[in-house]
Amino acid sequence: MRITVKLFATFRDGRQKIYDMDLPEVTTVQNIISSLGIEKSEVAILLINGRDGDFDKELVEGDTVSLFPPVGGG
Amino acid sequence: MLPKRYSRNIATISEEENQSICNKKVCVVGCGGLGGYVIEMLARLGIGHIIAVDGDVFEESNLNRQILSDVESLGIKKALAARERIKKVNPLVQVEAITKRLTAENAKQIIDNADVVVDALDSIETRLLLEAFCQELEIPLVHGAIAGWYGQVCTVLPGERTLSRFYKDKSLSGVEKKLGNPSFTPALIASMQVSEVLKLLIKRGDLLNKKILLIDLLRHEYDIIDF
Repeated sequence: MRITVKLFATFRDGRQKIYDMDLPEVTTVQNIISSLGIEKSEVAILLINGRDGDFDKELVEGDTVSLFPPVGGG
Repeated sequence: MLPKRYSRNIATISEEENQSICNKKVCVVGCGGLGGYVIEMLARLGIGHIIAVDGDVFEESNLNRQILSDVESLGIKKALAARERIKKVNPLVQVEAITKRLTAENAKQIIDNADVVVDALDSIETRLLLEAFCQELEIPLVHGAIAGWYGQVCTVLPGERTLSRFYKDKSLSGVEKKLGNPSFTPALIASMQVSEVLKLLIKRGDLLNKKILLIDLLRHEYDIIDF
C-alpha cells in the first residue's frame, strides 16, 4: 500500500518535506507519525487527502497525510 | 461629506461603505505584534470605534516587531499605547483601552456589542475561550497567529467553531515558543486580518471562513485548507 506523507513548517527540521511510503499492511496516522518521531501532542492540523482527519483513521492505498504544527503567536 | 483623510480609501470601498464603517465597533484582543498593526490599519481605514484589550506592558523583547512599542514606551501598558497612538493617527476614531487580560470572567463584557472581534492573542487556550464567547454572542471572529516564518488566518462566523477544530487540544504549545517572531510576519498576517474585518463590515467579497490560510514565507507556500 502506497501512501504519501507531507510535512509542513517545523516538522521539516531534520526530516524530508515529503515521504512516499510503501507499507505492507493496514496502518493508521498514529503509526506513521510515530515512525517519523513526531508526537501526537505536537500536531495541530492533520489532513487526510486535504480534509480534517483523525489519528486513528486506517489509511488506504493512495492516501495523502499532511501534518502541520501549532502556530499560536501574536 | 466624507473627511478628506479617507479620499484614498475610495474606490477600494465606496463612500457609503466608508461612512458605514465609521459607525462600526471592532474589538482587538491583544495589542502586541498582530494587534498593534491591526489597530493602526483599522484606525486609518476609519473604523469608528476600537476596543483595544491587553494586560501587558511593553518590554525590550517586543521592540523587534510590535509597531506600538518604542524605546520611550517600555513599561507602558500596551492598550494605553494603542489609544495614544490612534489619537495622533486619527482622532475621529474612539479607542477604548482595556488594560486587562481577557478571562472567562470578563470576556463577555469586553466583546459584547462589537461588530467584529479580532484574535491577536498569543495563547491557544485564550483563543479557544475567545472563540467560545464569540459563538455565544454571535459575533464574527477573525483569527491570526504567527511563529517565525509561518502565519495563519481564518474567519470564524457564528455557528462555526473552526479554531476548536484545528487547535484540538487547548494545551497545545505553539512553535513560536521555539521560533520567536520577526518583524515581517505580524505585519503580513495583521493586514490579512484587517481585510477580513473590512469585508465582514461592508458585507462584500469572499471570506476565509470554514477554512484556514496557512503561510510559509521561507518556502513561499500558501495553502488554503477547508475545515
